[in-house]
Amino acid sequence: MGAEVDAGPYADADGGATAEAEPGAEPAAEPGAEPAAVVRTRGLTKRFRGGQLAVDGLDLTVPRGSVFGFLGPNGSGKSTTIRMLLGLIEPTGGSARLLGEPIPAASARVLPRVGALIEGPALYGSLSGRANLLRYDAADPTADARTRSRRAGAALERVGLSAAADKKARAYSLGMKQRLGLAAALLQPRELLVLDEPTNGLDPQGMREIRALVRELAADGSTVFLSSHLLDEIEQVCTHTAVMHRGRLIRQGTVAELVAGARGRLAVRTPDTAAAAGVLKEHGLTGLTVQGDEVTGELPAPWRQSAASGPVPGPESAVRPEGVHGPDPAPDPADLNAALVRAGVRVRSFGTQHASLEDVFVSLTGEGFDVAG
Amino acid sequence: MSQADPPTTAVRAPDGPEAPAGAKAPAGAGPVPGALRACVALFRSELRLTFGRWRTAALLAVLAAVPVLVGVAVKVQNGGGSSGGGGGAHGGEGGGPVFLSQVTGNGLFLVFASLAATLPFFLPMTVGVVAGDSIAGEASAGTLRYLLVAPAGRTRLLLVKYAATLVFCLAATLVVALSALVTGALLFPLGEVTLLSGTTVPFSEGLLRALAVAAAVALSLVGLAALGLFVSTLTSSGIAAMAATVGLLITVQIVDTIPQLHAVQPYLFPHYWLSFADLLRDPVYWDQAAKNLGLQALYAAVFGSAAWARFTTRDITA
Repeated sequence: MGAEVDAGPYADADGGATAEAEPGAEPAAEPGAEPAAVVRTRGLTKRFRGGQLAVDGLDLTVPRGSVFGFLGPNGSGKSTTIRMLLGLIEPTGGSARLLGEPIPAASARVLPRVGALIEGPALYGSLSGRANLLRYDAADPTADARTRSRRAGAALERVGLSAAADKKARAYSLGMKQRLGLAAALLQPRELLVLDEPTNGLDPQGMREIRALVRELAADGSTVFLSSHLLDEIEQVCTHTAVMHRGRLIRQGTVAELVAGARGRLAVRTPDTAAAAGVLKEHGLTGLTVQGDEVTGELPAPWRQSAASGPVPGPESAVRPEGVHGPDPAPDPADLNAALVRAGVRVRSFGTQHASLEDVFVSLTGEGFDVAG
Repeated sequence: MSQADPPTTAVRAPDGPEAPAGAKAPAGAGPVPGALRACVALFRSELRLTFGRWRTAALLAVLAAVPVLVGVAVKVQNGGGSSGGGGGAHGGEGGGPVFLSQVTGNGLFLVFASLAATLPFFLPMTVGVVAGDSIAGEASAGTLRYLLVAPAGRTRLLLVKYAATLVFCLAATLVVALSALVTGALLFPLGEVTLLSGTTVPFSEGLLRALAVAAAVALSLVGLAALGLFVSTLTSSGIAAMAATVGLLITVQIVDTIPQLHAVQPYLFPHYWLSFADLLRDPVYWDQAAKNLGLQALYAAVFGSAAWARFTTRDITA
């Protein structure tokens, strides 16, 4: 009965993959570039059997040490991307590397260093919270059985579940389940944490706690890949972000760049509104509106030429030379002000208004955020 | 499972001295050094999960109740008086009634009678539930994705699930046998056993033969367990997989009784199930029992491979 199962498949999946990957790929695998990118996909594509294109040619780069916000409405392909990164779904095109190694080929070696919360927690209702963690830890072949219960206890402590650890998971509230799912991701020190909607179902206090925890984890040196449809959450917690829409990556970069650069609005208060509008238009501002004594306009987006490849430095700049910063960055507001004054415009006040990530998203997609792709 | 161990151990043995080094640097060492230990850890976790479930306890309780019901029914009917011989006249077809008629004379025969009564449906139905639920149940609860990301490894998880299902087959059979033995001992006299071939053997040998019969019955379920495992990899609904497996069992059992379909019957997994009765002859008729084991091995090979092929390439979207 066991004979046929053990002969082929066992050696194939675990031993075989490891043996074949080790001699060539691992030592040679870009020792210099490896620290830069924790996740790197090239043309990653998934077309489901029904023909639906869930993810379309994704080039995603997550720098090591970042808190990376993966943003997009429900149905935009975030979850499919995450599942491909974790080896649950096989891409139909392109490639993905996680911690420098190819996925899904090297899953067995990479995934122990990755903690994940995927589309909400899933628990064994008949087991206690603690027993759930022990079960998941037993599934990790690299986990040390001798430290198992201590690590489970520490993880429970960290998410604030120690008091309820021995209750059946079936009796947990959604927020408690979410915490337990996070605890499972924290059973070992992880280089990368993939957290899909980690604050879903939590009350505001719980959300604050989880965000504090995410910051703490990042401070400890883990890279955090956080997917969310809550824009202010990404804005509060993340250093970098990528925006998905209908299966495509439409922008990625640092949060600061995206918010400041993509659509800063300049506001000038002046009695000479017509002259001011003329000068601003000359300098490339768009969408000028005049309201009372205030002229506002959009600063040109500095990334227009570099599209989705973003400012993240890496080997890909060799592949696509057009990815370097364009020759025509946004005009410096100081120069604009000088130009206004030179044109005899009397300026009462002058300033830029930072757009929120939500404004950015709407301007990028031309759609409200909650529209499902 | 027992067959899966030796090759792994053989591979591990040369690395024995290096084990401490591997333990020191788990990140670099990868999954290979602890492969066997990891399998065992997951297997133990799986057993705890399976046998810690209320559902498993309920299934086993139902199985334990069958011999008690049979025993009490025989006792009551017999106490009513007349028919020691009348019951015996019954026993032409199948194995069950033959054993039933002998239960009053020797409680040990309740073991054989109960196994014969539960083997066609009750016993395989519980196996169908456990096997059908094995992968699909994890998928529908969503826990499958976390096990795979842990990473349990698809092949390892499948092996562990199958091994745990086989343990359940054995446990279910033993529950029926032990419950029957206890009930038989309480309600009826025990003593020398008259085998089907007419030879009389001491009670101790009868007990050994009962153990052999239980083992044969448990092994009879190996093919169905593989079939259930395969069905379980096809769907993300635990209920659907259980229903499909049990439905298949019933269909196959019906096909096995239709005379016009006799050409396919030797290839149906339950066809030789009742061959365990041949172990109660002197000398033992090995022919049918061996055919049964061969057929079970064939089913395990075919559906085990199919389950592996399916599960290792499947997109986990649940």
